[in-house]
Amino acid sequence: MARSTALAPAPERRAAATAAAGARPPTDRATRVVGAVFRGHSALIYLFLYVPIALVILFSFNAGDFAGELRGLSLRWYGEAFGDRFVMKALQTSLIVAFASATLATAFGTIAALALQRVPPALRAVYDGLTYIAIVIPGIVIGIASLVFFVNAFDWFNPLVGSLWPGSLGEAPVLNLGIPTVIGAHVLFTMAIVIVLVRARLAGMDRTLVEASYDLFATPWRTFIQVTLPQLAPAMLAGYLLSFVFSFDEYVIASFVKGQDTTLPILVFSQIHRPPVTPKINAIGTVILTISLSALFIVQLIYRRQTRQARALAEAAAAAEA
Amino acid sequence: MVQGPAAVAAPGRGRGRAVTALLLTPTSLWYLLLLLVPLAILIVFSFGERSPVGGYHPGLTLENYLRLPTRQAAFVNTLVLAVASTALCALLGYPLAYYLATRAGSRRTLLLILIALPFLTSFLIRTYAWFTILGANGIPAILGALGVSPRPVLLNTHFAILIGIVYNYLPLMVFPLYVSLERLDKRLLEASKDLGAGRWATFRQVTLPLSAPGLISGALLVFIPMMGEYIIPNMLGGGKVFFVGNALVDLFLQSRNWPFGSAAAIGLIMVVLITVSIYLFLTSRGRVQREVSQL
Repeated sequence: MARSTALAPAPERRAAATAAAGARPPTDRATRVVGAVFRGHSALIYLFLYVPIALVILFSFNAGDFAGELRGLSLRWYGEAFGDRFVMKALQTSLIVAFASATLATAFGTIAALALQRVPPALRAVYDGLTYIAIVIPGIVIGIASLVFFVNAFDWFNPLVGSLWPGSLGEAPVLNLGIPTVIGAHVLFTMAIVIVLVRARLAGMDRTLVEASYDLFATPWRTFIQVTLPQLAPAMLAGYLLSFVFSFDEYVIASFVKGQDTTLPILVFSQIHRPPVTPKINAIGTVILTISLSALFIVQLIYRRQTRQARALAEAAAAAEA
Repeated sequence: MVQGPAAVAAPGRGRGRAVTALLLTPTSLWYLLLLLVPLAILIVFSFGERSPVGGYHPGLTLENYLRLPTRQAAFVNTLVLAVASTALCALLGYPLAYYLATRAGSRRTLLLILIALPFLTSFLIRTYAWFTILGANGIPAILGALGVSPRPVLLNTHFAILIGIVYNYLPLMVFPLYVSLERLDKRLLEASKDLGAGRWATFRQVTLPLSAPGLISGALLVFIPMMGEYIIPNMLGGGKVFFVGNALVDLFLQSRNWPFGSAAAIGLIMVVLITVSIYLFLTSRGRVQREVSQL
C-alpha cells in the first residue's frame, strides 16, 4: 500500500480535487499508475505461488542425479519411484489412510450435522465449539494428544483382553499403533471439516421441499433418501474430497501415531533428510500433487454445477412468480 | 430452520431423541476420546515425573513448568518468527486482497481459486520446493554465476523459514481480507472523496479501519497454525532454528520425556488461547459482526 501512494503523491491530490469539484471521475495518470502497481504486485504474488510448484514438476523429469541440477529430461526418476518397493508400500498405506479417513469423516460428520439440527441450542453450541477447536488446534497438539490417548488406552486394553481371552481361540489380539490409529487421529480433523460444510449446506437448504414431502405422506426415511440426501450430496462429496486430500498428505499427526507403518509424506520427509536428495522426491511429489489436484478439480466442478443449478432454480422461481 | 427439525422429529418424540443421540454417537466418541480425554491426560502428565524408561510416572510437581524456561529459545523463536511472518503476510496480502476485491472484475473467481489451490495441495511438497530453491544449487548458485561472492547461504536461516511460512500461509491472510474488503460499502469511499480526502487519507481513515476485522482474522488464521509449525523449521531451518513444534517432537518421540513434553504442549496451548482471547477482545470492542461469524 505504502508503495502505491508514495509513487504518486502530488497528482493524487489533484485527482481528489477534481473529484471534489464534481468533475468526471478521475482517470488521470495517477489512477493508472496506482492500477498498474496493484496489477504488478498481484502478478508477482501469483508467480511467487506457482513458480516453486512448477519447478518441482519440471525437475521431476530431470535426467541428472541430483534434485538441484537439471541435466536433460527423462522419465527415469518416475521409473525409480514406481520401482521402489518402499515407495509403493507407502503410497498404498497413504491411499488406505486417505480413503478410510474420508469415508468415516463423511459418514460420521454428515449424520452429526443432521442430528445437530435437532438438539437444544446450548448443546449445539458445545458441539460447534468442539468442532471449532478440532479445526484450529495445531496439528502437533492433535498428534501428541492422540499418541497419549492411544498408548494409554492400549496399555489398559491389551492386558485386559489378554487375561479374558479364552485360550481355545489362540493368541489374544494385541492393539498397536499403525494405520488404524493414523486414520482415527485424522478423522478428528476431517470430520470437523465435513460437519462445517454439511451444516452450511443444511442452513441454506430449502425447507419447503421437506415439508412438501411430508404433505405427500412420505415417511421420514423416504424423505431423507429422496429429498434431503440429494441436496446434501455436493457438500458431502466436497467434504469427502477435502478430507481425502488432507489425509493423503498429512505429515505431523501421522508421524506421532504411525507405529511401524509408513505413509508417503513420512517417507518423503525422511528421504529429504538423507542426502543426496535425488529427483525421485520430485517424481513422488508430482504424483502427490497430481492426486490432490485431481480431487480439488472434482470439488470445483461439483460446486460450479451446484451454483449453476441454484441460479437456474432461482430464475425459474422468479419467472413463476412473475 | 428452527421449526423444521421439530417436523422431522415429529413421529414419536422419544424415538426421535434416541435417533438423534445415535447419530451424534461417533462424533461424540471422537471429540471425547481424541480431544477432551487426551487434553485432560496432558494436563495430568504435565504435573507428573519422568519414569526412568521414559514415559510417565505419577506425581504432583510443578517442576516441569519451572523447567519450561530451558526451552525459552524455542518459544521466543516461534513467537518472533510468527509475528514477523504474520506482518509480512499482511503487507503482501493486503494489496492483493484489495486488488481482487475492487479491481479484478470478471476474472475474480478464477484468481481466488488460484490463491486457494496451492494452499490445498501438499504442504510437504511445497516446502520441499523451497528446500531446493534456497539450497546450494538454487538461488545461491544463480547469484554465484552472476558474480556475487561469497555465495550467500539461504537455507537453514531465519530468512528461509520466513519465506516458507509466508509462502504456505499467505492464502489464510488473503481470504478474510478479501471478504471484508469486498463487503466494504463503496459509497463511503465516494463520500470520503467528496469531502476532499486524497487517496491515502481515504485509505487510512475509511478503508483500513473498515477492513480491520478481516486483517485481525487473517492474522489469527496465520498465527495459530504457525505456533505449532514443525515441517518448515525442520526442513528450511535445518534444525538450527528451533520451534516449539520441534521441541515437542523431540520431547515426545526422541527423549520420551512425556511430563516435560506435556508441560511444553500446555504452554503452547496457553499461548494460542491467550492470542485468541486478545483477538476476541479486540473484535468485540470494534464494530465487528459478520466477518467473525463467517470465519
